Amino acid sequence: MIYNIKTHINFIGLYCQNVFFIFMTNVLLVPQEKGMKMSRHISTGPSSFIPENEVILNFFFQRLFSSMPLNDSTVMFLDEEFSGRMDNLTQVMGLHPHYLQAFLRCHYYLLRMDGPLPLHYRHYIAIMAAARHQCSTLVCQHVQEFEQIGVCSDWLRGLEFCPQRLRNLNEINKILAHRPWLITKQHIQALVKTGEHSWSLAELVHAVVLLAHFHALASFVFGSGVNPDPEVTEVNGVTDDICPPAMAGLCTCHLTNSNQGNRNPLRNPDTGSELEALMERMKRLLEEREDDDASEEEMFTRFEKEKKESLLVVSAGFDEEVVPPSPVARFVDDPSFGYQDFARHGEDNPPTFKAQDYTWEDHGFSLVNRLYSDIGHLLDDKFRTACDLTYYNMASHEGVDTSMLRRALFNYVHCMYGIRYDDYDYGEVNQLLERNLKVYIKTVTCYPERTTRRMYESYWHQFRHSEKVHVNLLLMEARMQAELLYALRAITHYMT
Amino acid sequence: MEKLTRVSTISGRTMFCHLDAPANAISVCRDATQVVVAGRNIFKIYGLEEDGFVERLNLRVGRKPSLNFSCADVMWHQMEENLLATAATNGAVVMWNLARPCRNKQEQLFTEHKRTVNKVCFHPTEVNMLLSGSQDGFMKCFDLRKKESVSTFSGQSESVRDVQFSIKDYFTFAASFENGNVQLWDIRRPDRYERMFTAHTGPVFCCDWHPEDRGWLATGGRDKMVKVWDMSTSRVKEIYCVQTIASVARVKWRPERRYHLATCSMMVDHNIYVWDVRRPFIPFATFEEHKDVTTGIVWRHQHDPYYLLSGSKDSTLYQHMFKDASRPVDRANPEGLCFGLFGDLAFAAKESLMSAPPSVGDVGRKTYPGGDRRYPIFFFKKPDVTEQFEQVSSALSVFESEAGSSVGMDWFINTAQSYLLSGKPFGELCEHNAQVAKRLNRPQESTTWTMLRIMFSEPANPSLSSNHNLNKSGNLPLVNSFSMKEMSAALSERNKENRQDNLHSLETNLNNNDENEETEGSEGQAEYLFGDAELDDDDLYSMEHDNQAAEEPEYLLPQEAFPLRHEIIDHPSAPEPVQERPESPHVSGSETESTCLTSTESFSLISVSQLLFSPHLPPKFFCPIVKEMLCYYAEQGDVQMAVSVLIVLGDRIRKEIDELTQEHWYMSYIDLLQRFELWNVSNEVIKLSTCGAIMCLNQTSTTLHINCSNCKRPMSNKGWICDRCHQCASVCAVCHHVVKGLFVWCQGCSHGGHLEHVMEWLKHSKHCPAGCGHLCEYT
Repeated sequence: MIYNIKTHINFIGLYCQNVFFIFMTNVLLVPQEKGMKMSRHISTGPSSFIPENEVILNFFFQRLFSSMPLNDSTVMFLDEEFSGRMDNLTQVMGLHPHYLQAFLRCHYYLLRMDGPLPLHYRHYIAIMAAARHQCSTLVCQHVQEFEQIGVCSDWLRGLEFCPQRLRNLNEINKILAHRPWLITKQHIQALVKTGEHSWSLAELVHAVVLLAHFHALASFVFGSGVNPDPEVTEVNGVTDDICPPAMAGLCTCHLTNSNQGNRNPLRNPDTGSELEALMERMKRLLEEREDDDASEEEMFTRFEKEKKESLLVVSAGFDEEVVPPSPVARFVDDPSFGYQDFARHGEDNPPTFKAQDYTWEDHGFSLVNRLYSDIGHLLDDKFRTACDLTYYNMASHEGVDTSMLRRALFNYVHCMYGIRYDDYDYGEVNQLLERNLKVYIKTVTCYPERTTRRMYESYWHQFRHSEKVHVNLLLMEARMQAELLYALRAITHYMT
Repeated sequence: MEKLTRVSTISGRTMFCHLDAPANAISVCRDATQVVVAGRNIFKIYGLEEDGFVERLNLRVGRKPSLNFSCADVMWHQMEENLLATAATNGAVVMWNLARPCRNKQEQLFTEHKRTVNKVCFHPTEVNMLLSGSQDGFMKCFDLRKKESVSTFSGQSESVRDVQFSIKDYFTFAASFENGNVQLWDIRRPDRYERMFTAHTGPVFCCDWHPEDRGWLATGGRDKMVKVWDMSTSRVKEIYCVQTIASVARVKWRPERRYHLATCSMMVDHNIYVWDVRRPFIPFATFEEHKDVTTGIVWRHQHDPYYLLSGSKDSTLYQHMFKDASRPVDRANPEGLCFGLFGDLAFAAKESLMSAPPSVGDVGRKTYPGGDRRYPIFFFKKPDVTEQFEQVSSALSVFESEAGSSVGMDWFINTAQSYLLSGKPFGELCEHNAQVAKRLNRPQESTTWTMLRIMFSEPANPSLSSNHNLNKSGNLPLVNSFSMKEMSAALSERNKENRQDNLHSLETNLNNNDENEETEGSEGQAEYLFGDAELDDDDLYSMEHDNQAAEEPEYLLPQEAFPLRHEIIDHPSAPEPVQERPESPHVSGSETESTCLTSTESFSLISVSQLLFSPHLPPKFFCPIVKEMLCYYAEQGDVQMAVSVLIVLGDRIRKEIDELTQEHWYMSYIDLLQRFELWNVSNEVIKLSTCGAIMCLNQTSTTLHINCSNCKRPMSNKGWICDRCHQCASVCAVCHHVVKGLFVWCQGCSHGGHLEHVMEWLKHSKHCPAGCGHLCEYT
């Protein structure tokens, strides 16, 4: 059968905006110029933090084909991905094609492939998770996807219209989003115990992975200032009132407004030495390691100090912020529940999570893979890629071993979540991460919705944007892993 | 030291003691009298007494214990009984000497590793040699007389999970890695490993050399496998593989038993298994005492196979006696039975059972060896197993269903293809489907359809009056069913009597009905009795013939030769039980189910209740029965019927059945249809379904990417005009107009156009209308 009856062009058109999400395509790769339909937005390009030409595809492809040692299958994969229109998120992430590949595999496995939850549930959970951080970009995107599935569209009117079963997820959603260390086996029990609205363990694991994934993704979106996709706001029906044009630009406007007039204010004369100083410190640390026999007690205090200090690292002026009534709010239950520091002064702190007692590689993986097959491998791959990604570059310097810096970033995030590695000297964090960077890290991981362009610009002045995106990737993965570890540990406790 | 008598002096029982904290690892001293338990918050030595554990020493001293006490692993020196080594989570390797006079027994501290140390291992014969493997990807060899390591082995920044000195080869050790590799090293050559092979996908958590066989190494990984490798040959060879149910945390060969090894798992599963590697499917023995994951296992003595010690996250330390272990094989079912998709049946059992003489005479037994249906027979003999195993050889028979017999799933395909689910008035749909079912020799389904029509059609519906059978019996079915439901219980006694009467006195058409029911009523199906209204005279006669000739061996119904099918396929004609009890066929039918109504009832009721009820009952009235019927069908495995009825009845019944059940039925039916590659039918079902979750199945993978035919770029916007070259993208190759509507194109040359134009064109020409020279084909 060579001839194949095909469809109405209009029908195709309707799905074209979604073209990027489809794997199976045999269209030729044609790189696409950007910026034809950006009129609505104040700043153009995929990110409001990063100049458009940094992300532009030419750059990307050039990088992809010239400097990256990619195997053929990767190139094929990317070809397929980008034969259509890419969304902004992918374009920004595309600065790191290696990672992007791992990310997309996982992303689409979670949302599209075989799994315990029906498709519309998955998107709804994505909406719920992204709404916790008021990330309208992701919410709009998944509202649209949800609509295309074409069932239960009244759920989009708000949480009270969706089934009780989904509403039961609210509790762990908010805990995982803001204070994951509070999750206990009782929460799991409440969801799983037999009854009309109960969850099976497999479904729950799927939901938890989705929640963690989208919380972390929200961090990335805010952290690198990803602009909303123009097409997403153009659909009719429910989405329109969720994402009116003004609303869709919310994060952009908000972010750009907040630092008007000081677009490049932070070029201090001494920033030139900043990079050198950092390199110097890294070198010194490496040497010191050999003879640094810090006592246990000191190591412990160092961790505690980092933990405590992370308290002080607060972006000022947000203390009692009232959440603005946004259309996203309809997907949020108990909006006042927000981030609270893990270590609070003068209170009973929850016990520190000992990383060696429940690691991703040994325990988390086994559990998650058992209940939701194959996702373990994909997540494993994603974590590994993010952690091992390096170009041996630091700003203008080449051939630098950045593993120490990467590990500091990763562990600092875990530290804020109360996860401690016995074999890590938290003094390094203090040496390597300057205060501005810490402010940025804390904001992006704990309350990403408050990230501003000023924060993004205030650290590492000489570094490339792609390197800052790299930082964001690390933060995102560290955060996701932390959430997953807490959630999976609770599930393990429930099971034993 | 009484070296020779040692083994015999070990005695004890299964016992345990509570620890203060979860254990991470345990190790015994050489003479098997003491055990050390190490964990994050515990480091103690227990003495093994006849009837319990006795705490001997707490090594965790100091006001604020340092992280050096937080142990990931511990090992007792096998030569020097005062020496212990631990691997700390902060990267330290600590030597302890119990002979030290002060409370703090720490003798030496090596802080060369930068990350957690996962494993320490003493050399089995060299007193002063200690090996460690760490998360930072290095293995280090320490000389206990020196302050620092003597050599470092690099695993190329892959985390080391386990290191083990070979017991037989003085210079060799094995290391297992997080990426699935296992490396063999020569202790004298730190620059490069001797051999490397990939043992598992994902981390290899543990490895253990065989105590006797020089080249054997057992490895366990996150991929839930235990593998035994033979290193003695030039190529490393996997000789045994055991599949467990959870990732394998530890593996230990059992002393004195060449093929046995013990495993425990990292997550979820709390048991300790002892496997015979030659029989990898079922554990040889299981210890089920622990309530949380087991973290450390060790055989108490290296020459005694009967005592196993284990520590666990549930803060207990156990001594297991082998005689107290449970033997899963005792509870295992030695027979297996499985159906194939097309009605084939495989059956495996002990050979002795299989060769039993087929003298039982039962129709089913005929198919055992010697029967003509037996297709291939495989004799599957296990290789010689030690004296501990019973010699078992099993035979596997595969029975093939005859082509075209009703045993296969042909009926399913036929039914699926010929049922009409929509597009006609309700009455006609039912009528059609009833005919289909009857043609396929499925009278029960056929009757069900007829009955549904009767129940839910308007009484004035002409299709109702067209049924001559109804007229024959002179009774309005509506009244029948109603009265039957109401009175069946009360009348069940009388029924029997009536029944007998009927049997003896009625000779004619009525009796035919009766007999017919008698043949098939043993299914106990409430709706079934309405069959009398639908069956043709021919049918009735033939059935009657069957019944009367019950003693005769030949049957026309093919499924009889295969009674095994009965439970699985819901075939309505089940004459066998009837034949066995030809005297009282109805008793079982009407007694087993109170809702089971026999046609006799209806006859008995004619006189009583014919005029008592209005013939215009609301269709709603039947919903509970129909619902029950649907559930019955679904439970019998005939989800096809349930779904078809559901669709045909539509709103009449939908509200009665909860959404989840409906969804479940739909899913199962669609799945079945797709397995039989009945794509069209499955799509129709999806389209006609009313469940949201089902309908959205049709929304997946519906996107098609197209390129503009002019500029060859992807079309990204809606409409017909490419936004780059501003030309119409999809032009008909025949008429050169824009195609709005059905567009057909050749997959070979990607030209195409209006469906009718292309069809027309290809009638006359073989070549592509666009003139590209491609030989297009339209099928």
